Parts: sequence; C-alpha cells; structure tokens
Amino acid sequence: MTDACYLDHNATTPLRDAAKQAMARAMEVTGNASSVHGFGRDQRKVIEDARQQVADLASVSPANVIFTSGGSEANNTVLKGIAASARVTSTIEHASVLDAVSNAVRVGVDRNGLVDLDVLHQTLEGLDAPALVSVMAANNETGVIQPVAEIAEIVRRHDGRLHVDAIQWAGKLPLFELTVLADAVTISAHKLGGPQGVGAIIVRDGVPFEPIVKGGGQERRRRAGTENAIGIAGFGAACEASASDQAHDASLATFRDKIEAELGDQAKIYGAEASRLNNTTCIGMPGVSAETQVMAFDLAGIAVSAGSACSSGKVEPSHVLLAMGVDHDEAAEAVRVSFGWSSTMLDAERFISAWQNLRSRTASEAA
Amino acid sequence: MCSARPIYLDYQATTPVDARVMEAMTPLFTEVFGNPHSTSHSYGWAARDAVEAARVQIAEMINADPREIIFTSGATESNNMAIKGVGRFFEGRKGHMIAPVTEHKCVLESLKYIEKLGYEITLLPVGVDGLLDPNAIKDGIRDDTALVSVMHVNNEIGVMQPLAEIGAICRERSVYLHTDAAQAAGKTPIDVRAMNIDLLSLSSHKMYGPMGVGVLYVRRKPRVRLEPLMDGGGQERTLRSGTLPAPLVVGMGKAAEIISNETEADHARIRDLRDRLMKGLEQRVPGTFVNGSLDHRISGNLNIGFEGIDSETLMETVQAQIALSSGSACTSAAVEPSYVLRALGLSDTDAHASVRMCVGRMTTSDEIDTTIAVLSAAIESIRETGETRPRARTA
Repeated sequence: MTDACYLDHNATTPLRDAAKQAMARAMEVTGNASSVHGFGRDQRKVIEDARQQVADLASVSPANVIFTSGGSEANNTVLKGIAASARVTSTIEHASVLDAVSNAVRVGVDRNGLVDLDVLHQTLEGLDAPALVSVMAANNETGVIQPVAEIAEIVRRHDGRLHVDAIQWAGKLPLFELTVLADAVTISAHKLGGPQGVGAIIVRDGVPFEPIVKGGGQERRRRAGTENAIGIAGFGAACEASASDQAHDASLATFRDKIEAELGDQAKIYGAEASRLNNTTCIGMPGVSAETQVMAFDLAGIAVSAGSACSSGKVEPSHVLLAMGVDHDEAAEAVRVSFGWSSTMLDAERFISAWQNLRSRTASEAA
Repeated sequence: MCSARPIYLDYQATTPVDARVMEAMTPLFTEVFGNPHSTSHSYGWAARDAVEAARVQIAEMINADPREIIFTSGATESNNMAIKGVGRFFEGRKGHMIAPVTEHKCVLESLKYIEKLGYEITLLPVGVDGLLDPNAIKDGIRDDTALVSVMHVNNEIGVMQPLAEIGAICRERSVYLHTDAAQAAGKTPIDVRAMNIDLLSLSSHKMYGPMGVGVLYVRRKPRVRLEPLMDGGGQERTLRSGTLPAPLVVGMGKAAEIISNETEADHARIRDLRDRLMKGLEQRVPGTFVNGSLDHRISGNLNIGFEGIDSETLMETVQAQIALSSGSACTSAAVEPSYVLRALGLSDTDAHASVRMCVGRMTTSDEIDTTIAVLSAAIESIRETGETRPRARTA
C-alpha cells in the first residue's frame, strides 16, 4: 500500500511513529492497572503518563481527563449523562451526538454550515431551565469551524452547559481554545494519529454526570472497565506528537488550496466561504455520483470517502450538506478529501489529475 | 518472564498478550490502518475483512453465528449493555431480574441502575462452595422476569456455575439468560447453543488478548431484544456505535483461535501446576483453607486462606517476588473484605486471611516451587513476629 494515496484522514489517520513506539513499550507491561502489585503499578504509570500528555494537549489537569473507548462513547456519555432539562444540538452533528438522545432540539445552519446563532439564542431563551448545548468544533465532512466562542457566550448567558465535540479539531488546532470555553470536550485518538479504541472526555471540575458504563471504580468512578492501556499509551504519545506538529498542519492548507484552485469552477466546494480545517475539502463533481467517484478513485489508488465513514455504507446523501441547503442530487455528488500528518503535495497532485481524468471521461460519455 | 520481575500469579486480573496475538495485531497498527467502516476504499475493506475474520474466530470459540458477535470495549461494557439494554427494552412490560450475589461489580451496578427504572432485583445466595442452586432460579422466575444473569466462572474463587442446567430452566420459561463469561473463555468450554445462553460477555484481556476490546454475544434465534448503550454511526448492527479498534479486534480473534485449538494437555498442565501449588502450601503451611468448590472450578484458580494471616501484610511481604491479589482487581484497593467470600459464609477475619492466585499459560513449575517456598516462609515469619499491620487503603 506504500504506493497508494490515502486521503481519508478524517475517517482514521495512520498511527504516528511516536504512538507506535509508546505502544510497543506499553506492550512490554503486563498487569491490570487496578491491581496493587508491581505489575499493576507499572500499568498504572503507563496510563497516568498518557493522561498527563492528553491533559497537556488540552491545557487541563490530568484529573479532568476521562478515558473512554472512543469518540462515540465519549459523545454518548456526555449527551446522556450530563443532567440538563433540555438538550440542544445542531443539525450537522455527528451521528453519535444526534442519535445519543432522541428529544434534543436541533438548531439549523446557514449555507456555509455555520450554526445559526440567532436561532440558538431564541431556542435557549424559550426554555424554562438551563440546557446542555452540544456543538462540534469542526465538521467531519466539510471541515467547517463553528464560532465556538460566540456559542459559548450565548450558552453562558443562559446558564447552560456546553459540550464541544472536538474529535476533528484535536491535533489540528489548539485544544485549549475549546477547553477554556466548554464544560465538556470530547476527543478521539485515531483521528489524531493514535490507535482506534480509545478516546477521552475532558470535563470541567464540578460538572456532574452519570456514567453510562458502570462497575469497578476506574476513572474516578466516571467510566468503569479495565483501561485499554496500550491504546491509552498510544493516545498520549499521539497527543504530544500532534501538538509539536502544528507546522505540518499549516502546510495541509496549501495542499487543499492547490486542489481547489486547480479544479476551479468545474467543482463545487462546500463550506468554502467559512473558516475551515486546513486538511478538509468537500468537493462536488456535477453530474457524477459520489459512489462512481469513490470507486474510480479507488481504482486509481486514491482513498477518499462519500461523507463520514460510519455512514459511508449508506446510499443517502450527507445530512450535513442537506442541512446546508444543498439539494438532494447535488449532495449525492460530493466526496470528502481529508489530509493528515503523513500527506504530501504529491497526494494532492495525484488527486487533481485523477479528478480531472474522471471529469473529462464522464463528460465525454455524457456528450 | 524476566527473572528480575516478580512471579505473575494474577491471571484473573489480566493476562499477558500472547506472542502469536501480538504478531497478528501488528500489521493492523501499521499497514492495514483503515477505518473498518470506510466502504469507499481498499484501506477500509482490508480492515473490515480482518475484523470479520476475527468475528468468525470468536463465534467458533463459543459455537455461535458470527452475526451474533457484537464487539465492545470490554466485558464491563458488555455486561452493562446486556443488563441495561434488556432492562430498557422491556421497561414497563417486564419488571424483574435475577442474579447471584457473587456477580462482578459491573453486573451488580447495572442491576442497581435497572432497579431505578422500576425493576425488582432478586439476588440469590450461593452455597458454602460458591455454587448457585439451579432450583433457586426455577423458584425465583416470575411471569415478569426479563433476565437471569449468572456469571459462568467467578473472578475471585474460580467456581463454575451450572450454566447448562440454568440455561435449560430459563429457556423453558422463556426468560433470557445472560452470562458474564469473562473468566470462562479459555478455561472451560463454552457452547451457547448447548447451554441455551442468550447473551454472553467476553473480555479479550482475560484470554491473552489485548485490553480495550470485548464481545457481547446476542442470540439471533430466538431473537434477543435489547436497547443499545451507545448510539451513533450504527456500527455492529446498530447495537454498538463507534469505530471498531481493528487491531484489538484482530488480536481478540487470534486469542480465540488459540483457545479453540488448545488441547486437554494444555489444560491439564495448568491444573497440575495449580494442584502442586495447593498441595505444596497445604503441606508447608499449617492452618490453610481453600475457598469454594474444588470440583466445579477452573483449573488455574486457587483462592486460599491462611489462618491468622492478614492478606494485605502477606502481599506486601512478598510483593517483590510474587504478584497475587486479595480479590478482584477493580476492588483490590478497597479495605472491605471480599463480598464474594462473605457470601460463602466466611467471617471477616477469614476473608481477610485469603488470597487469590491464578496459574496461567506462561506459568512454569519452577515459579510454582518458588511461590510455595516464598509464601510459606513469609507466613511463618509473620506468624512468629505476630505482625499485624493496621489495614489501610493502599492505592
């Protein structure tokens, strides 16, 4: 697969070397971190060192970091577990937020994918009691960044609690910008160069919640179950590595901009007028279904996706694009390109040429 | 295991990852790194194929259909999902669940949650041997009983409950049977069909696989209904959302395959070592007592008490040489005596005088001989000096 061009980093990003090394070291340690003998204490140290690394990325104290089995569990725990009389989210959230509670009020977005702040304000104004508001910092499909500071201010004025799904933000942009604003921030290891199977909730002091997994008293009674020690070690190392890799992240914008400039008017770029993650672009090819595109790209050795990985098996168009007012047919023609720590300009160039080939081929077939 | 390290006899807290498991996992961390739920490219397909192969390996270990295998983050999540999931699904329609008092904490905690939903919970006592009387289940089942949850193998005393008998009773009364089999996999054969099990929890890191992954088996015919614990992308047949950790899943699959291929000789080796440990201690140390049935017990477990000894003091004395525990790892930092041993009728003093040891795949006979020598010397010395330390929280 060395020759292949992987442009689906928002689905999962390869393990960073630092994570690999940390995991290899952790694999040498046997023991249950809750056991009081030496093996258990060694394992405890692996976990607590990693907790410090995650805390450093988030600029919080280690006591504020709760490890989970991943982003979906983290989001479910926050949405189901933080007591509030009402829950308010946006229409473009990840399924693990949208489906976690059935009775949430959903605030719409504008054509650029930005949460409508007036509607958010009015929604909170109309509630009798403080709500839990959940918004994603950066969208997984378009990369569009929400005005979290303004959202936080509106939530604060209404005495609500704020959850920020930072799964696509963490490792790319400074996490402290969110942890200073939110009561709970959720992140996932495998989106920032750590392994699958581990995530975290970064919770502010004094925010009570009911855990969804109960049992032994692990994670200060906030998440039961023997800790995924190897995964946690990799997560910690990936956090540290991503923090020192922000320069490379800035270069991803040049790859994205190159693609968008080269494709020009032939392509539709969704959310382009909003502030976006450097690594993500959501591109429509008029008249060509996303399914056709991803198959053609795969044959060319290029991995992209039609929307988020969890829903990419389904044929429905992206709920994110529909929420932005994109019509059904056009939404079904969009693919997501997402770069990561291992990407190079060559990847962008290969994508451009494959895209243009496919475009001219389908145009001539149609003619 | 390196000689500078203590001898590891805490295989019921966690097992080391088998070298063959590590080898199977390695490519998934690097070359085959895709999201197994990505359907649009070969990275995703390769990861998915690896996950599906692991699903088959695990299904074969317990005689299930691969479609009945739901991956989770571990047995704690599986147990939570089974009990809360069934409880929520039948909320308002059923109102009763049954379990023995010796269940793992996460089962008891989940039952407490269900109680808040309005269910009545019957916690059944066990005998002095730690075993549940199947007739107590028969008598306890009501028309509104939704679930019976019985752990296959106890995490502290290693006794095996008469699951097949309990399964037959539950099936006859059309009540779901869930079993926490975290301590059973690889220790005793599991056959979900023959035993009439509807829901079964497994933990990878108790069977020489990695931590952070487990399974909930959910029977398809007759179909078991339950609400998911986690919602989202709809993975695992919508029962468990979240990206599957493909490397860990593959590791657990390999661990299951190794177990399926184990022979009676492998089990006999462990049983011989455990018996050697038990007999050695009984010969060298006066005043020992074994907790729980010896006949209905996994081959590796020894839960043994030494009269007049405080287990905390003993563990501290030998900790440089032997890793053992006074009970379950999750609660081993607690100062309270084991509720499992109390349920067997042990006094606080006798419960505090007991330790759990478990022989495993990597244990050698030299390690057993060293353990006998170290423990008997330590006990003799503690008894001579009459040393009793104040019990204090150690972690």
